[in-house]
Amino acid sequence: MEYVKGVPLLRPYIDYDNQEFWLAHREEKLVFQKCTYCGKIIHRPKPMCPACLSTDMEWIESTGLGTIYSWTTFVYDRAAYPGIRVPYIVVLVEMSEGVRLVSNIEDVTSEEMYIGMPVEVFFDKVSDDLTLPKFRKRKVKK
Amino acid sequence: MKSIKNKVAIVGIGLSGFSKDCKKTELRMACEAIKDALDDAGLTPRDIDGMIKQTDDSADEHAITSAMGMPNLTFYGETRWAGAPCGMVMQAATGVAAGACHTAVIYRAVNGGSGLRSTPSMRSSGQLSTADLLHWAFHSPFGLMTEQGAVAMLAERYMYEYDIKKDQFGPITVTCRQNGAKNPNSAYFKKPITMKDYKESKMVTDPLRALDCYEKFDAAAAFIVTTPERAKYLNHPPVMILGAAQGSVPETENMCGYYRDDVTGLPEMAVMGKRLFKMAGVKPKDIKFAQLDDAYTPLVPMQLEALGFCKKGKGVNFCGDGKKIKAGGRLPVNTAGGSLGEGHIHGMNHVIEAVHQIRGTATLQVKNAKIGLVATGAGGPAGGLILGR
Ligand SMILES: [Zn+2]
Repeated sequence: MEYVKGVPLLRPYIDYDNQEFWLAHREEKLVFQKCTYCGKIIHRPKPMCPACLSTDMEWIESTGLGTIYSWTTFVYDRAAYPGIRVPYIVVLVEMSEGVRLVSNIEDVTSEEMYIGMPVEVFFDKVSDDLTLPKFRKRKVKK
Repeated sequence: MKSIKNKVAIVGIGLSGFSKDCKKTELRMACEAIKDALDDAGLTPRDIDGMIKQTDDSADEHAITSAMGMPNLTFYGETRWAGAPCGMVMQAATGVAAGACHTAVIYRAVNGGSGLRSTPSMRSSGQLSTADLLHWAFHSPFGLMTEQGAVAMLAERYMYEYDIKKDQFGPITVTCRQNGAKNPNSAYFKKPITMKDYKESKMVTDPLRALDCYEKFDAAAAFIVTTPERAKYLNHPPVMILGAAQGSVPETENMCGYYRDDVTGLPEMAVMGKRLFKMAGVKPKDIKFAQLDDAYTPLVPMQLEALGFCKKGKGVNFCGDGKKIKAGGRLPVNTAGGSLGEGHIHGMNHVIEAVHQIRGTATLQVKNAKIGLVATGAGGPAGGLILGR
């Protein structure tokens, strides 16, 4: 993905509920919230477990493995974020933990994209103070 | 269960034209639409004691009471996002039915064509509320910033799950534009399109083409609701509210409900529809016309499924080549054009067209249009109305 110089990067909005998720990226870790009481794995982070209403949460490191659940290519610049050169692909990844995550995919063209594609996480240091989890196509051992 | 069925009537409507730059403030647009609705009903600002606004509107209730000299406002509130038109009517109607107010106005005024956008976007003012930030923060760093992109991911999955082919959403936008082409108030009056135009329309966010997506306009609309007793003395036969509901469920979000089991199912629309039909005491087969949220074409078949007009995954078949959903079809949809064929004012014009149909004053009048449905907020917090005589 090619970022356009001069357009401000969009940063996550970090609060007490989600800070572990975003801050882990600096250590190149993808983490998800897990309810300590009932074991439900949750994304996006929430103040309370929607299954059992517990507020006791821990954070588990993801395997980083998932498959493409859906995707789109931003083709037309006026319907896209001006800070990234079109065309660019946004993906919805279903992780092996069962949660879904919006991200980007690199090194894959629109023509090669398909739902169900196995992917794995990598970390893109977009700027000195922003590292984002992104995905690449994953080879699956037969 | 007690309900508001048959306790409240829509008695006045006002709708501006659709402009790319009307050179008016949103406050002025709101006041003009409210004045049109008052005139339509045969009421004055003194008669208004209730008011419901859309949260995102810049023209607030206090500015309007000042601008229009409304000395009697004692009930007001707000609701937000795309389900708001029906939700606002419901909230105003609740106030009337409960006796908290007697005559209430609902309005929206948006400089969508010339000014601020109503949804968070890089090209808007950059002023996002905390709620917006929380909703969008997990998407915007990855360049998922626009509704077109958000809906495209829902559409891609929907096509995958139900084997929907490229261009199968086309007849929806063609039908809306054909309806709108006959509507003198439409931005697309005398400008119908064909499937050929659709197929040649540029790709925006794959698989959505430009003609799958609404355009932004400056526009405003208002409605007035009151008791059936007062309605007897006003200008038009009352349009009765038979059912009204809103819908929100876990992971409901504006166009980005990506985190639930079934991302193409519009569960908030389903929960809204269930309450709506139960309150009205009717079934989908009783509905003579439907004004559906057509901000993006894939949302129309998804709504038909969620509201029970057809089985899950059969919405695109239902729309087919447009025969069933055009005027004269089994279920005429968006008879004034809707967002794609009349212009976008966030579903407000959908309510107005439903009122016209029930009154019998629509341009494309449905025969025996004694009961109709409006749905707003597909792909997000939902709102719905069933209106009748
Ligand atoms: Zn739990």
